[in-house]
Amino acid sequence: MSVLIFVETQEGKLKKSAREAASYGAKLAGKLGTDALAIALGKVEHSELATLGQQGVTKVLHEESSNFDHFDSRAYAKAVAAAADKAGATVVVLSSSFNGKALAPRLSVRLKAGLVSNATELANTDGGFTVKKAVFSGKGVANYSITTDKKIVTVNANSFPIASGGGAAAIEDFSAGLSASDFAIKITHVEKAGEGIPLPEAELVVSAGRGLKGPENWGMIEEMATILHAATACSRAVSDVDWRPHHEHVGQTGLTISPNLYIAVGISGAIQHLAGVSSSKTIVVINSDPEAPFFKAADYGIVGDAFQIVPKLNDALKKYFSSHN
Amino acid sequence: MKFLVCISKAPDTTTKITFTDNNTKFNEDKVQWIMNPTDEWYALVRALELKETLGGTVTTVTVGKGDVEPVIRKGLAIGADDAVRIDADDTDAYQVASLIADYAKSENFDVIFTGKETINYNGFLVPGMLAELLDLPYVSLAVKLELNGNVATAIREIEGGEETLQVNTPLVISCQKGMAEARIPNMRGIMAARTKPLKVVAPGSVASLTVVKNFEPPKERGNVKLVSADNVEELVRLLHEEAKVI
Repeated sequence: MSVLIFVETQEGKLKKSAREAASYGAKLAGKLGTDALAIALGKVEHSELATLGQQGVTKVLHEESSNFDHFDSRAYAKAVAAAADKAGATVVVLSSSFNGKALAPRLSVRLKAGLVSNATELANTDGGFTVKKAVFSGKGVANYSITTDKKIVTVNANSFPIASGGGAAAIEDFSAGLSASDFAIKITHVEKAGEGIPLPEAELVVSAGRGLKGPENWGMIEEMATILHAATACSRAVSDVDWRPHHEHVGQTGLTISPNLYIAVGISGAIQHLAGVSSSKTIVVINSDPEAPFFKAADYGIVGDAFQIVPKLNDALKKYFSSHN
Repeated sequence: MKFLVCISKAPDTTTKITFTDNNTKFNEDKVQWIMNPTDEWYALVRALELKETLGGTVTTVTVGKGDVEPVIRKGLAIGADDAVRIDADDTDAYQVASLIADYAKSENFDVIFTGKETINYNGFLVPGMLAELLDLPYVSLAVKLELNGNVATAIREIEGGEETLQVNTPLVISCQKGMAEARIPNMRGIMAARTKPLKVVAPGSVASLTVVKNFEPPKERGNVKLVSADNVEELVRLLHEEAKVI
């Protein structure tokens, strides 16, 4: 018996979401009185994987075949299932990253293990196995029971703190026994969206909507994001008219995010937009309309003209960071 | 080319969500059901576009009881050739994926399309499960798909960018914004939809792997604290000292 955590790497480094999943898995293993093991696929230094010990992982299985340098959900599912068998895993934990969410359902079928995605809290193991997640795009919360012997959980980004303090994890080379023909997907090109912080797992997010009147006015929003080391986002209205790229669209039909801080400028707060951001820990709304529905869903608000407030706020933030760094 | 589009119903995006039976059931009273937006706007429309250029058929498949038929008819009105309804209440993603896989495995579809995620349980599980059940490659979060013979070229979103990939059909693909532009059914489509074939299939016996024990309303947020537009420094102080987010 053990808990196995699938850890993702990017350019040789463990992703932040991988450390969140590792922390979640190790805590769960502690509750179940068992060990937390991890599985890593593709090229990454052993010294990097060993740092998972800080999150409470005792051993990392490493399949280093370069075939795994690009994601292929079918091959990955075979490899992680083989690792789960070897580890005798009764629970598999993944992050709710784009790849984690493509892989976990395949694994669920392969291991005949009930799966709950986007868990926001540690599973409740008292007399069963219950996992909490947001449903109806944040308009409700559901407690799911997993009724199979084996269980799979994917952990929502920014929902579970990264643990620190353990020693180094042991590394064991692992072969999943796959051949080149198990890889059906050939990556021909990768396009980076830019130097900014990717939105799905950002801790701080600055977002703007139609109140900004035109794409040429986003400079001050990008400036705020730079000052805060935040990602930028936008409302559906704005991405529909191509003022901003589609991948920035948060809301019911776009991305659902749960950052620590969400600053919304010139977004009225339609129910579909709120659905994508309502699990943010702190919400700040800046809007000229005091009746904007977003104020009812916010922690802090400023009523007024964004074109005057945002530059002043940027100056205040710059001053704050220059005296706090 | 034979295309299958998985369609599910979802509560209209403006629905107020409440629960009944001691918070164990979603309250369906007065809920307006729609086709799940990403199933309709991106999965279905891209399948239709490919059929229009390459020839072939577009079939939709839905797991649900008779009350889901208006949603299925809308798919036919937008342009699908025929529809299949698997006659069962949906209980969890595994059950839905298994029922669809049972139907699809002998039909030899070239591409199976789904939307990105359904806006009720937001699991994003069915396409991946379906791909594994059918032992097919799976491309998730696709924003583009082109077909050239049996070679599919797709672009999918990754964190912080996009990747272009090639894979042979058959395959399962989940679609999101960028894939196509939504189509509004016209009167001719609506009339034609009435007589297009809608086959009802009896479900096989499939067990669920998960069950919803109960629901809760989302956490309440306190009242908004308003800060004067002339005193933005106060907001910075609150974010640091009170919210502790900077």
